[in-house]
Amino acid sequence: MAEQEHTPHVHVTPLSTYLLVFFALAGGTLLTWWVSTINLGWANTPIALLIATIKAALVILFFMHVIHSTRLTWVVVIGAFLWLGVLFVLTFADYLTRVWTIY
Amino acid sequence: MSEQAHAEHHPFLQHHFEDLGQQHEASTLGMWFFLTTEILFFGGVLCAYWVYRIIYPEAWAVGAEQQNTLFGGINTLVLIISSLTMALAVRNAQLGRRGGQVLMLILTGIFGCTFLAIKMIEYHAHYEEGLLPGAAWHWAKEPALVPQVQLFMSFYWSMTGLHALHMIIGVGLLLWILWRAWRGQFGPEYYGPVEVMGLYWHFVDIVWIFLFPFLYLIHGAHHHG
Repeated sequence: MAEQEHTPHVHVTPLSTYLLVFFALAGGTLLTWWVSTINLGWANTPIALLIATIKAALVILFFMHVIHSTRLTWVVVIGAFLWLGVLFVLTFADYLTRVWTIY
Repeated sequence: MSEQAHAEHHPFLQHHFEDLGQQHEASTLGMWFFLTTEILFFGGVLCAYWVYRIIYPEAWAVGAEQQNTLFGGINTLVLIISSLTMALAVRNAQLGRRGGQVLMLILTGIFGCTFLAIKMIEYHAHYEEGLLPGAAWHWAKEPALVPQVQLFMSFYWSMTGLHALHMIIGVGLLLWILWRAWRGQFGPEYYGPVEVMGLYWHFVDIVWIFLFPFLYLIHGAHHHG
């Protein structure tokens, strides 16, 4: 067991990747602002959520280096969002079915 | 750093780890466990926000109209730039470039403070407009919606306040990491603290990526009288 080597496997992300992610994030910010000025009815909210989720995923994968991390880290990160999903789904299963509250 | 071929003799290797690689993995994994609690912490507030947004869509659209979209948008860009400089600080640490590390950490701190300064200008304006729930409240542009807009503004102050508190803690941590980087403690073999600092900083950026559309950009599709 002890002879197993844990060499610090430094993965240095190229500068161009960081800059590409940065421009995608800045573009996403302008896009989410621009879309909010157009009346798309019910679609405004899902589009804003989708853009924010893509931006968050870019930050997590590239700036937070999850894309090059160990499988154990992947499990913890995915687990975090699964629990967030449980929090939302169970809460909404209650509140969104209380028809009398919506009025 | 080639003279330190024996990793077990590295001054920052804690005695309970076999080597620096194992120590690095343990610290980033530990940080992700902490960030899981943070995701659920902010998730609870966001969930309550959505429950009330679904119940009071008009008040939420009116509340978002009271926000300064230009300041909010500029602040979003400021935080994204600070995330880029933070990522580049980690990259410089990995490459053993002390000067680049120090410069990027200073820039990250400056952008973080810029965000907080713009936030304070917005807070002051909201106070003046009477949008602070409590005794100072005197906003009445939509008299029928006042109680519900107060609810929206309660979410606004708590969510942006919690976020700003995280930013202040982040700038404090940044000063500590800057001090250590200045002293040349980080390099390709040992840069865990810079990496973990970055994870925290990027998380706080992600929170704002969601707060900006949630609090500033609700389209007023629900037209009110």
